[in-house]
Amino acid sequence: MFTAFLIKYAEIGVKGKNRYIFEEALVRQIEFALSKIDGQFKTRRTQGRIYIDAVSAFDFDETVTALQKVFGISGICPVVYVEDEGFEKLGKDVINFIDNVYPDKHKTFKVCTRRARKNYPKSSMEVNADLGGVILDAFPDMKVDVHNPDVELNVEIREKIYIYSEVIPGPGGMPVGTGGKAMLLLSGGIDSPVAGYMISKRGVTLEAVYFHAPPYTSERAKQKVVDLAKYVSEYSGPLKLHVINFTDIQLYIYEKCPHDELTIIMRRYMMRIAEMIAKENDCLGLVTGESIGQVASQTMQALMATNEVCTLPVYRPLIAFDKQDIVDISEKINTYETSILPFEDCCTIFVAKHPVTKPNVNVIRQHEQNVFDKIDEMIETALQTREIIEVK
Amino acid sequence: MEVYLDNSATTKAYPEVVSLVADIMTNDYGNASSMHLKGVDAEKYLKYSKATIAGIMKVKEKEIFFTSGGTESDNWALMGAAFANHRSGKHLITTKIEHPAILRTMEHLKELGFDITYLSVNQYGQISLEELRNAIRPDTILVSIMFVNNEVGAIQPIDEAGEIIKQTNPRTLFHVDAVQGFGKLRLLPKKWKIDMVSVSGHKIHGPKGTGFLYIDEKVKIKPIIYGGGQQNGYRSGTENVPGVAGLGKATELIYRNMVEDTHRLYCLKKKLVSGLLKIDHVKINGPQDETGAPHIVSASIAGIRSEVMLHSLEDKGVYVSAGSACSSHKHTVSDTLSAMGLSTEYMDSTIRFSLSVFTTEEEIEYTLKCLYELVPMLRRYTRR
Repeated sequence: MFTAFLIKYAEIGVKGKNRYIFEEALVRQIEFALSKIDGQFKTRRTQGRIYIDAVSAFDFDETVTALQKVFGISGICPVVYVEDEGFEKLGKDVINFIDNVYPDKHKTFKVCTRRARKNYPKSSMEVNADLGGVILDAFPDMKVDVHNPDVELNVEIREKIYIYSEVIPGPGGMPVGTGGKAMLLLSGGIDSPVAGYMISKRGVTLEAVYFHAPPYTSERAKQKVVDLAKYVSEYSGPLKLHVINFTDIQLYIYEKCPHDELTIIMRRYMMRIAEMIAKENDCLGLVTGESIGQVASQTMQALMATNEVCTLPVYRPLIAFDKQDIVDISEKINTYETSILPFEDCCTIFVAKHPVTKPNVNVIRQHEQNVFDKIDEMIETALQTREIIEVK
Repeated sequence: MEVYLDNSATTKAYPEVVSLVADIMTNDYGNASSMHLKGVDAEKYLKYSKATIAGIMKVKEKEIFFTSGGTESDNWALMGAAFANHRSGKHLITTKIEHPAILRTMEHLKELGFDITYLSVNQYGQISLEELRNAIRPDTILVSIMFVNNEVGAIQPIDEAGEIIKQTNPRTLFHVDAVQGFGKLRLLPKKWKIDMVSVSGHKIHGPKGTGFLYIDEKVKIKPIIYGGGQQNGYRSGTENVPGVAGLGKATELIYRNMVEDTHRLYCLKKKLVSGLLKIDHVKINGPQDETGAPHIVSASIAGIRSEVMLHSLEDKGVYVSAGSACSSHKHTVSDTLSAMGLSTEYMDSTIRFSLSVFTTEEEIEYTLKCLYELVPMLRRYTRR
């Protein structure tokens, strides 16, 4: 029955003279999302609105699901187009629409008419009142409520007449591509994909880096990270995943530094390497899934110790989230099932039984000097030998 | 160099099997139950495979039923026999070291009200016949014992077990899961008083998704899969003609030179075991002599987690399997290794090498060379 969608967007509306940049980005993202599903669509931007017209048969649910992954969309309204064949015909079409969409008629409603075509014989107010009358006659159970109706029936009179009432919530946020680029540190756990999703929601394009430690971490662990990146890319768009072979660096630190500081020093080097790749790829910041106090390496002291090696801002969207809240989002974006697959990741393989929880930055800096001999060379090799996977 | 030593997981198919399967899928693709010529042609392959298998096992052709593999055969033998004979008793006996296809099915039967006894094993993974004799009761309807253990290669004394079972309770049925033994060792159900035998095709260089259950004609059993009544109504579902033909061909080929092949495998195994024992703190699990299967060597290399060893060997082109899957997130302890009383330290560092007729001496030498290189390196880095 529906042949089109009206796309509502929230924050873009207030963007002043830059507004077109955001709208164009949104249209681009919508078209990209629709290119991956069955059916042919045409997207058009008119008078501050985005319409998606279906020009072939399409699956309603599949289309809505795809649109719900496009950041920037605040609402998706399924629209019916009818020809203007006089007011009497319009009344019949409206009755038909309500009958189809609302099987239960115990509802309050109001009619909202907009005329883009000003030569229509009735004024907007007249159409509101007259259609209201037609609906009340047809469905005695329905009642008018102009302040807080259950059903807001929108009628737009253009070259054709558009009828819509439902607003399916979109994901919100800003269109991807309007916010610069950031480098996500992806581990394979629950948190980092969620962090990527959240930053991407603000319009930021992503690249990702994963630290692989063969033979201590398996090929399956790497595949798991690729799979997670794929889920994130459904929202963020295609992304480049840099896979760094971290084994030698990790073993070197393991040999040279106190064992209880291994994780912290290792993470400092991960941040350094991530920043190098980030700068090389024009990223404006790093993104991690850290949350205060979640594990030993994410206490305030530990975060300070890992943060100080970076010059780029480090965005930590989950910093004040409880684990359950993070899990809830990961379930929503379908990463949870993959995240909990039991493969060892590079952070856990050599972890001490009792790692330091309140590292002293000065002590860490001092112990880190033990690896200065060869570490730069090793980092260089790791960067040279990295594998880049295009995830889409 | 690529060395595939995970043949207990699955094997590479014989080239003859591949060409036969492809030929049937291309040309003789009929449904064996169809009445026209295409059906008749297809049925010939089923008959030929049945005759081949029955001939080698010295049983009747009508006692061979084709299935989708070892797991289905095991499920069918246990559930089919339990459901058909529950009025005679509700007691079943098995061992602690069976494949999950047996152990999980037994757990399911327990939920349905059956009583299960699990026989223990010694440090070599072998059951005690005395314990078996004492476990059999008047209401024991089935005993299920594996031929060769998949994790450590221990051979169970099934030839003697059959005699003991029938002496103690002639009504008790005897099932053998021979998935790991078939094709490596002679198996004579009639002589050894075995009523049912499960076999899988892909462990003997045949196609995956194929297998059979031998059922002695005197056994009372119910189907577990219902449908169009194929295979005398015992196992419905369109016959997997190319798969069955491939299974028959693989059976024929693996038994053709079995005596020589087995002897050669024992020599390779001996070489591998003695080579492994040259490394410090290595423990071989299961029998090292001919009371163990010719193709399985389970070794615990203390101080190196199995997953790490596996991936390090993989890096050198050597494919083995981890004796017991283990990671910091999830502990799944091996039923077999814990039944054999192996300590956790060794359990976490167990890997399994499994050989096949395609394995060469050169491959074993290469594998040992890799281990001599890797073990000292990996032992430097252990979780402190």
